[in-house]
Amino acid sequence: MKQFKGRPVVAGTCTAPALVSHGGFNTLASFQGALQFGDLPVIGNKYKQTECDDQNNKDLYRKPMLGKALCLPQTIGSTTGGMILFTANVMGKCPACLLFSEHIDSLAAAGAALSAVWSQSPMPVVDCLGQEFLDTVKDGDSITVSEDGTVTVG
Amino acid sequence: MFDYKMKLTPEQEAILDGEKGEVMAKVMKTLVLYGDAFEAEKMVPVTATMGHLVTSFGLKVMKPIYDLMDTLIDGGALSGQKFTVDPKPLDPNVPVNFLQDFVFKKFMYSEQEAYDKQLAKLGLQDKDAYTCTCYMDEVGNKPQQGDILSWAESSAVVYANSVLGARCNRNSGIIELFGSIVGCVPYFGLLTDEGRKAKWIVEVKTTKKPEAQILGSAIGMKVVEDVPYIKGLDQWLGTELDGDTCAYLKDFGAATASNGAVGLYHIENLTPEAKEQGESLIAEGAQVYVIDDAELERAYRNYPVMWKKKDAAPKLCFIGCPHLSLAQLKEWTDRISDALRDHGLTKVTVPTVFTAAPGVIEEFNKSYHAARLRNTGVILSYICPLMYMNNPLAKSMPVITNSNKLRTYTTARYYKSDDIVDIITKEVK
Repeated sequence: MKQFKGRPVVAGTCTAPALVSHGGFNTLASFQGALQFGDLPVIGNKYKQTECDDQNNKDLYRKPMLGKALCLPQTIGSTTGGMILFTANVMGKCPACLLFSEHIDSLAAAGAALSAVWSQSPMPVVDCLGQEFLDTVKDGDSITVSEDGTVTVG
Repeated sequence: MFDYKMKLTPEQEAILDGEKGEVMAKVMKTLVLYGDAFEAEKMVPVTATMGHLVTSFGLKVMKPIYDLMDTLIDGGALSGQKFTVDPKPLDPNVPVNFLQDFVFKKFMYSEQEAYDKQLAKLGLQDKDAYTCTCYMDEVGNKPQQGDILSWAESSAVVYANSVLGARCNRNSGIIELFGSIVGCVPYFGLLTDEGRKAKWIVEVKTTKKPEAQILGSAIGMKVVEDVPYIKGLDQWLGTELDGDTCAYLKDFGAATASNGAVGLYHIENLTPEAKEQGESLIAEGAQVYVIDDAELERAYRNYPVMWKKKDAAPKLCFIGCPHLSLAQLKEWTDRISDALRDHGLTKVTVPTVFTAAPGVIEEFNKSYHAARLRNTGVILSYICPLMYMNNPLAKSMPVITNSNKLRTYTTARYYKSDDIVDIITKEVK
């Protein structure tokens, strides 16, 4: 068991299995399939668990993101990113929490702020956890997030 | 009252306290939380004449966004400035099969008309204001150097910051609208002098002018969200921001922003701040990235081919993501026409779509190039290729493009511009 202290951007608690992206997380590319087609019975099966659709993300491509503790350095890509996170949050298709090793980027921060103010159930967001956090955590590790931004791995 | 760190003016505090209604208070609260995440000390006024929004598409699935828009409209929280918006996802001129047409209209973009009406109520400039290149002269949303913007659309933000010298963070969709509604944005990042300093020095040492889209992609993947100061590119681009150079930088910047998260780049002896401030823009301890021919080739070879059948014959070609400038449209018209003549053909052999802003298309149609383009069989459209391809039907379609942004977000296969010309102007074997 190892603990990391980060900064709570949106304070909250949760326990969830880890899903780790070592490279930048492209929000639009990752969520576009799941948001559009996750509910369709025929083509949506593979997206039901909010599978990552980003072909450039070797860590996450085709892995389910729903209910996972998404561990990442920052988000990248289209400036729709924040509203995609907000939409995923309101639709219940988001990860359980977002855990950033680096300082949160402007797109993810927008998604966090929008969810915190306009959503009924905003997801906890912690940043500044450090590179060691991302080096330590592995897919499937049990993650516990505390209100004060403490993240426990294992 | 919630706990926040930013110092607000009495007027901003009053909005937060609900003086202008509950919805305006929530808009301000969102911006304050957003700014607090970056320890912004204050809000600063938006000084640009117009805004630009990234969300142009009436995707059925984006219901939470439309509900939010209705809340804003009902609450009287409208934009204080006119705005342009990204291109529309559909255009009847662009070829679709029966199934695509059905899925696009009845399922995917069934909210387009309703969303267009919401945008008009919120402050859309006019019905032709749909483009990702709002800064083109023919569109008219071109900020001045030093202007503070509340924009989104990664390619437009990086262009406004780098080529025009305006100041704008890489805002997300909705946040950019919120800034236009309350007329102020949190002061952090690319709005500050410190945030505009380069953490990377990129040394371009190629033996020929680099393909803009590959150079931008390589830099974006390396520096991710940092600001690069690029040396050696002025030997290929010159030191003046003329039409050709601006078009090159538009495509280059879009690739840096989509393959990474670059919001600003400086090019030595060329972009406005680099010309004025030189190497004083480079932060202490900046890292160095050298780009030569081999590095560009490495980046190019690493692009995954997402087609099911890797050697499939292309069925569609998109040129213009971001939208083409007027000069680019004319240049591409000449290139295609000349290549077809050289190959003894009159029409392109792969259905091809050029995309540009409605205002640019209008100007283009006044030129003799318009007839020349029509003769080649190329379709000219205001569509967003990315939105067109953003569905499983398009995913199974072998589409080619010279846009690294389109490659990144879809299954379109990237080819260099010269290769594209070759593919679409030769007989299919």
